[in-house]
Amino acid sequence: MTAPTLLRNKPSGPRKSITLTVVMTLFLIYTLVPLWWLLVNATKTQGGLFDSFGLWFADDFVFFQNLVETVTYRDGIWVRWLANTLLYVVVGAGGATALATIAGYGMAKYKFPGRRAVFAVVLGAIAIPGTALAVPTFLMFSQLGLTNTPWAIIIPSLISPFGMYLIWIYAIDAVPTELLEAARMDGSGEFRTFFTISLRLLAPGIVTVALFAVVATWNNYFLPLIMLSNPEWYPLTVGLNQWNAQATGVSAQPIYNLVIMGSLLTIVPIVVAFLFLQRYWQSGLSAGSVKQ
Amino acid sequence: MKYPTSRASAARRALTVLAAGALLGGTLAACSGGGNGGGDTPAPGSDTDVEAALEAGGSLTYWSWTPQAESQVAAFEAAYPNVDVELVNAGTGNDQYTKLQNAITAGSGAPDVVQIEYGALPQFALGDALLDLTPYGFGDLESDYTESTWGQVVFDGKIYGLPQDSGPTALFYNAAVFDQYGIEVPTTWDEYLEAARKLHAADPTKYITSDTGDAGFTMTSIWQAGGLPFKTEGTNVTVNLQDEGSKRWADYWNQLIQEELVSPVPGWSDDWYKGLADGGVASLVIGAWMPGVLEGSVPDAAGDWRVAPVPTWDGTPASSENGGGGQSVTKQSKNPALAAGFLKWLNNSPESLKIFTDEGGFPSTNAELTDPEFLAYESEYFGGQKINEVLGAAAADVVPGWSYLPFQVYANSIFGDTAGQAWANKTDLNEGLIAWQDAIIDYGNQQGFTVSQ
Repeated sequence: MTAPTLLRNKPSGPRKSITLTVVMTLFLIYTLVPLWWLLVNATKTQGGLFDSFGLWFADDFVFFQNLVETVTYRDGIWVRWLANTLLYVVVGAGGATALATIAGYGMAKYKFPGRRAVFAVVLGAIAIPGTALAVPTFLMFSQLGLTNTPWAIIIPSLISPFGMYLIWIYAIDAVPTELLEAARMDGSGEFRTFFTISLRLLAPGIVTVALFAVVATWNNYFLPLIMLSNPEWYPLTVGLNQWNAQATGVSAQPIYNLVIMGSLLTIVPIVVAFLFLQRYWQSGLSAGSVKQ
Repeated sequence: MKYPTSRASAARRALTVLAAGALLGGTLAACSGGGNGGGDTPAPGSDTDVEAALEAGGSLTYWSWTPQAESQVAAFEAAYPNVDVELVNAGTGNDQYTKLQNAITAGSGAPDVVQIEYGALPQFALGDALLDLTPYGFGDLESDYTESTWGQVVFDGKIYGLPQDSGPTALFYNAAVFDQYGIEVPTTWDEYLEAARKLHAADPTKYITSDTGDAGFTMTSIWQAGGLPFKTEGTNVTVNLQDEGSKRWADYWNQLIQEELVSPVPGWSDDWYKGLADGGVASLVIGAWMPGVLEGSVPDAAGDWRVAPVPTWDGTPASSENGGGGQSVTKQSKNPALAAGFLKWLNNSPESLKIFTDEGGFPSTNAELTDPEFLAYESEYFGGQKINEVLGAAAADVVPGWSYLPFQVYANSIFGDTAGQAWANKTDLNEGLIAWQDAIIDYGNQQGFTVSQ
């Protein structure tokens, strides 16, 4: 662990590496070009998209017309999709974070029969990609009559084995067992200890898990694709894909300009969330690595 | 989840396979065991039941992505105020079929009435998902429809839907580009090849058409060349993509692919739309529904396009169907008589058909196709040409006898991976078709069909 110390102690003198600069610049371009393309093309008409250079502006600047048309197209279905997505994120990702926190903390700090079995199940669950479970989940939900309802998206989103594992590992170091024993000695109940002491110590870990859960729920595509048939309940990802598919076939009605504007608007909240939460995330990842 | 779409599409294909497998399992059980595969099969109704059901009212769910559906449903609800129709756009084409297949496999969640294109209909009809409409008196409607569309909804004497639109093929061409380079409108495929060479030689950015290996276009072309590669009787399927018509077309189209005379731009992409506007894609052999797409999506080329009959092989006018479909009633419908009533109104009442054609649909009914007003329509987009005279004639010239595979949706989804390689590598298309045929045979046999060459 000498490199971070070096960086922190001497901000003026890290070694310069041309190779590293070149690689990082390439990464930067690779990351930013699609965003730039999205931004530029959101200002074009459908005709302009076809006959202008992709990475620069066309003669017509119709950013605001596109914006208005996107949110009003088909009685404002895009806004409905945004509201659905927010619902899935708040309830699904929020619930997933809460459950992961409680369960992870419990695994880290309590001994109970079957703990090893839970450990095995959680590790196994992390190893199975969600896509592989989508079909069985669909058939099960369909038996329960829950397909084509918001529950079909929210309930599977509530479970985050990876988040639970993260909190578990994090809680082992971040919440000293001595502290819990001290609290018990002073007569604090387990719940009071959890809410007044442990939760605060776990905060950076919780934010990290929340960030993962929010991103995963916001970008969730395959599950809603198979669970939902009514566009009224679509999240943005599936809705935008439906708009894109409109360009094909017998009654084709391409609306590429709206697909692009809709995509741009869709990534804005997630970019904002990331920028806002990343300090917590960084501190969360580095906390515990250095003895204080 | 960095690349959700590619993962999703692979997974979706897996899902389609799974759903199709489960579906077929149901079919075979129904065939051998005397039938509980479809669940509660409602008692057969009759013509009078339909009328009574429409009067009594109720609610229905209707899945469709046609742009006319909204106006049609509104008009229907005005005519039958007791009936409430919930219109759902569950996706376009394959997206919707996947959802429908899933709902059928799961045993619930399918709509009462659903739009299904002709190419996909056998899969659902033979898969025991759709209601036979014969008991509701739909047999009497046969003479209202063109022979080629009616033939697409009837299997083993059972009526699994009513045709809505049709897509008899015609040659749509950009007359402005043709005139600029002094190209005559080709009437035979030999002339078409000459036109392709002349155009591309005159301006290397211009192509006679675009083709990157598309299952729909390939089958339309084979159909027009007189090929009948697929035959189904019960669970026995024969596939011969090397019959006379198939080979004739593949041998011919080889020349265009290998001389690089067709644009490498995939159909329906933004580049393709651009090509339709600027001459990069100067003509299309495509269904008669294309004028609506051109008008709506290629406004810059207004006045440039014209339509002519498809080039012929031997001077005899011949057309085929490309796209188009109808609506069916699912076996899951709780109120099949009402669903049948809605379907009959939707695709057989003059009121609904008028809305359909007024809003750019191309009909499948003889009365509409021969209506003097329809034929006399002068399209402004086509420079005042009476396009429906050409397209109506094409509908009458469709080569009879064609049938699709009972798992066509899946077969189309693997076209690119098998036959598509011949397009990509510019090798013999016959070999590509054989590769596709092998994959079709393997898949069909795995699914419990008996598939042979």
